Amino acid sequence: MDLNWFVCFLGAAVVAGTPLVLATLGELITEKSGSLNLGVEGMMYMGAIIGFTTGLQTGSPFFAFIGAALAGILGAMIFGFVTITLRANQIVTGLTLTMFGTGFAGFIGTPIIGERAPQKIIDTFVKVKLPLLGDIPVIGEIFFNQDYLVYLTYILIILVGFYLYKSRYGLNGTIVGENPKAADSLGISVIGYRYLHLAMGGALCGLAGGYLSLIYVPSWQDSMIAGRGWIAVALVIFSKWNPYRAYIGALFFGGLNIVGFRLQQFDLPVSTYLLDALPYLMTVIVLVFDSMRSKSRSHAPAGLGTPYFREER
Amino acid sequence: MNNEFVIRMEGITKEFGSLKANNNVNLNIRKGEVHAILGENGAGKSTLMNILSGIYTPDHGSIKVNEEEVAFHSPQDSIGAGIGMIYQHFKLISAMKAWQNIIAGPSGSLMLDKKSCKRKINEICEETGLSLNLDAYVSDMGVGQKQTLEMLKVLYRGAEILILDEPTTVLTPQETDRLFSIIRKMRDSGKTAIIITHKLYEVMEISDRVTIMRKGEVITTLNTKETTQKEIAEIMVGKSMIMEFPRLKIPRGDVVMKVKDLRLEDLVSMRKLNGVSFELHHGEILGVAGVSGSGQKQLCQALTGLQKIDSGSVSVDGDEIAGLTAYDIFNKGVAQLNFVPEDRLGMGLIASMSLVDNVMLRDYQNGDSIFIDSKRAYKRTEELVEALDVMHPGIDKPISVLSGGNLQKILIGREIMSEPNILIASYPVRGLDLGVTHKVVELLNEQKQRGAGVLLIAEDLDLMLEVCDRIMVMYCGKISGIVDPETITKNDLGVLMTSIDEECPNG
Amino acid sequence: MARIVPLENCSMAKKVRIRVFAILMAFTLSGFLLLFLGHNPFEVYASMLDGGLGSSYRVKETLIRTIPFALTALGIGLSFRMKFWNIGGEGQIMMGACSATFIGLNFQQLPSFILLPLMAIAGMIGGGLWALIPAFLKVRYRTNETILTLMLNYVALKWITYLQYVLWRDHEAFGYPKIPNLVKNAQLPKIFGLHIGVLLVPILVIGIYLFITYTKKGYEIRVIGENEATARYAGMPTSKIILGTLFVSGGICGVVGMIQVAGVNMTLSIDVSNGVGYTAIIIAWLAQLNAIAILVVSFLFAVMVEGGSYIQTVFQIPQAAASLLQGLILFFVLGSEFFIKYRVIRDRKTRIVTEGEV
Repeated sequence: MDLNWFVCFLGAAVVAGTPLVLATLGELITEKSGSLNLGVEGMMYMGAIIGFTTGLQTGSPFFAFIGAALAGILGAMIFGFVTITLRANQIVTGLTLTMFGTGFAGFIGTPIIGERAPQKIIDTFVKVKLPLLGDIPVIGEIFFNQDYLVYLTYILIILVGFYLYKSRYGLNGTIVGENPKAADSLGISVIGYRYLHLAMGGALCGLAGGYLSLIYVPSWQDSMIAGRGWIAVALVIFSKWNPYRAYIGALFFGGLNIVGFRLQQFDLPVSTYLLDALPYLMTVIVLVFDSMRSKSRSHAPAGLGTPYFREER
Repeated sequence: MNNEFVIRMEGITKEFGSLKANNNVNLNIRKGEVHAILGENGAGKSTLMNILSGIYTPDHGSIKVNEEEVAFHSPQDSIGAGIGMIYQHFKLISAMKAWQNIIAGPSGSLMLDKKSCKRKINEICEETGLSLNLDAYVSDMGVGQKQTLEMLKVLYRGAEILILDEPTTVLTPQETDRLFSIIRKMRDSGKTAIIITHKLYEVMEISDRVTIMRKGEVITTLNTKETTQKEIAEIMVGKSMIMEFPRLKIPRGDVVMKVKDLRLEDLVSMRKLNGVSFELHHGEILGVAGVSGSGQKQLCQALTGLQKIDSGSVSVDGDEIAGLTAYDIFNKGVAQLNFVPEDRLGMGLIASMSLVDNVMLRDYQNGDSIFIDSKRAYKRTEELVEALDVMHPGIDKPISVLSGGNLQKILIGREIMSEPNILIASYPVRGLDLGVTHKVVELLNEQKQRGAGVLLIAEDLDLMLEVCDRIMVMYCGKISGIVDPETITKNDLGVLMTSIDEECPNG
Repeated sequence: MARIVPLENCSMAKKVRIRVFAILMAFTLSGFLLLFLGHNPFEVYASMLDGGLGSSYRVKETLIRTIPFALTALGIGLSFRMKFWNIGGEGQIMMGACSATFIGLNFQQLPSFILLPLMAIAGMIGGGLWALIPAFLKVRYRTNETILTLMLNYVALKWITYLQYVLWRDHEAFGYPKIPNLVKNAQLPKIFGLHIGVLLVPILVIGIYLFITYTKKGYEIRVIGENEATARYAGMPTSKIILGTLFVSGGICGVVGMIQVAGVNMTLSIDVSNGVGYTAIIIAWLAQLNAIAILVVSFLFAVMVEGGSYIQTVFQIPQAAASLLQGLILFFVLGSEFFIKYRVIRDRKTRIVTEGEV
């Protein structure tokens, strides 16, 4: 294992981490406004299949990813309508969204299993070395010799951080998640912000799915998301609802995702089938450690998962 | 003061299910006055004000602000009309700083401008005499500071009319005085204030006019100067007699519970008990007074085994109970320790379960069978409902359909059914009307008569001065004094509630 | 302006009407989807019914599929009662199947009447312990059980994959990656043409109903689920009850794994649970955790799944159509609860009251 192998491995971890970053950011924004949407996996599936089929139909990378984002938004809006407008239980609705999204992708995707993404899209998202930044030794190779969507992710992280911490809308949305009653008394639209954050979150989760089917794999496979949506939900907890920490966590899990495959060449005493369980096992361990540490103070939005009805007494 | 009306509410009706919270209410507020709205709990004051602040939409009626008809669909509309409400239960974000709580809202620049926000707030502070550290986290603030923050919030939004919902409930007498002087100063600068209260002397002290409500209706509006405390009291209660709470004078018995140097640290709420010692006797009511968050909750939980203590001892009739689990303490036949929780539907009752299921919570274990003795449970529920005169739609129905007073009756009834040696009652009369309050006090007195030791935690100092045999004042997780209610004044109590001169953040 | 006010009493008949209407809406919507794909939805639905119930063989297949649905839904329903969101039925089935198979493969010389109960007990312990992990972590550290149980599903899946491809691989299967079949002794006997596990269904349905409604432990579970603070206040040993219930909950799922191995597949493979753990969540919720309703819903879902695989062969509609339809049904039923709990009042002057319906 020399430095070269290691740089190569980390570069691949960035790619594997990208869908996790997108989904984690999506769930983070959603949860900031107080909605606990456990349908990330479902929205990713919807984004993956719609993005993929749109790509097949149009051949356009742009429309493919717009399609992916819109599919994610559709899933999020179903969740929003059922939980916000019709006031149903968020946990059960989120689980339903996951099952629905998985079924949806299977329904549309079964006939095209194994089909490759259009060459034009694959060609668009080859690795491009950024000028200057890409020339930094080691770091440049790992972070700045990637495809365009990875770069877009960097921008999105900063945008999300900026939105949440510096802008009025982000502050208002956060207040909705912390204390919807207080938000309402300030004239902040609780319903409006919850829908808005759900939509933003859905779009990001849809993009995450699209990244998997169009760039990462890039062909249509059954059970492609493979629990990444759930890892994203765990990463939000791990990140303490901070977008920058979320990125670090996602990179780590991106690395875990590929470590089994990458270590194959070294003839390890452990079966790769067991190494494949690593990301899931690590999620468990990380979650447990996190809950052990933060027994006293939680960073979760105080109103997370609680519905709000103004006139309820 | 002039005769312009800033607010006219006409024919306001609001129903919640079958309950008419407001029935054809008319209310006029003059510009630049302090207007008190007086009424018992459940008289409809808060509903009326929630309508004025846009939280509720009325079923009927019209609202005019500055003689212009308005329709409030949300609090934003009301804020836009210059009305600002300071809620009894603060609506603040604990995880944020003061200035963030103030600046938030739908209108304003895209980017948060901390500097100009602070400048504007400082101007308001100078004008009104309020003061606050804007960079402090809400979670680190005391009650008084939180209230100041709430006021700054509405003033920052340009409110000309302030509604204060029971603003003094959580304040000490000294803090109340300060608040009143600020309200007077604001009135002098042309602002209008509406104060919701059920305390008569406050009406006399601060208001220019007073509107009295009863059972969802406005009875009358009077000029405060032209009336007396006795007159408005009679109008408020609706009868010419004012109920008093008699202290039951019986000799107290032996010590039933002895608490020695109790210490604990509550990691969740960051509150502590710093060495609490006292004795509770058979046949007495020992009051516990203090600003909220002084450790009352922790004390209750420690005594009932709901929270682990770090050190100290609690003995009941000589037997040590500290360190036992809630289960063991409850099962210690010698001393049944019951605890009427503050939050009726939060802890103690199960909203979605039936009356029967709720009543059997304390004794479902009865008997050796693995099955529940449902015949017995039904019988006991019927007895309880009968004895305490509980209004209910059927004992099989979910308990959540009951009103607050009836819920409290069920809760207390269940607790005293087991004839405990010690009854710990925290806030048993909060939110109840006079009639039910009277009933509850009667029940507590019955327990005392029977020989139980009663620990009564409450915030209504007047009530405690009348009912308790002794009052123990808590401050900052310690006991700052145990006093005789016959000789102490309310003001002295207030001093004890805040007096220890050491750093103590609470809220 | 429309306003929403709580509806205090909703009659049973109306509740049923609203839910049935919601399910019809779900069928209608997916009907449009089918239409969009160029199928006649009525034909598809009719052949779905045909595929599920069209012949005595199909009815039998449907019943065999009902068994794991009903048992798993009953099992995880117990944890749902405590608001413990156990979505790990899938993993618990797999681990139960795994430990039952271990016994079945290694003690095949034992007589059936000893071997089978041993396998069932092993299955119960396997699934129970797998559920106990998240239960312990939740009780001790308040770790989020939803994510935990789900992650453990994947861990179990990878473990079974490892068993199938490496550790327990049958080397006489001509390179095909499979675990050896169970011997006759380790297979469940038949009764009425179904395996004997079917008897467990009525026993558990009635047993759990009686347990929840009439026993002290059942009462404790109900109280903890509705209000844990109150349960602690009443001195209930909440942690112990949560742990115990989760062991039983996972144990039932584990027995399902044993039944699937010893009664249906006769071998352990990665398809042993085949999504049953997830479908059971929908079933439990739709049945409002009522034991008898779980039985009915499980049967209907089994018809849907069997019908789903039938229409795959007839219309080339992917089998996932069934899970899509299930998801839609649950969405509509979840949404319809609104009309059971609230009513909408339009226009505050004229006050037209719209009754429940959409």
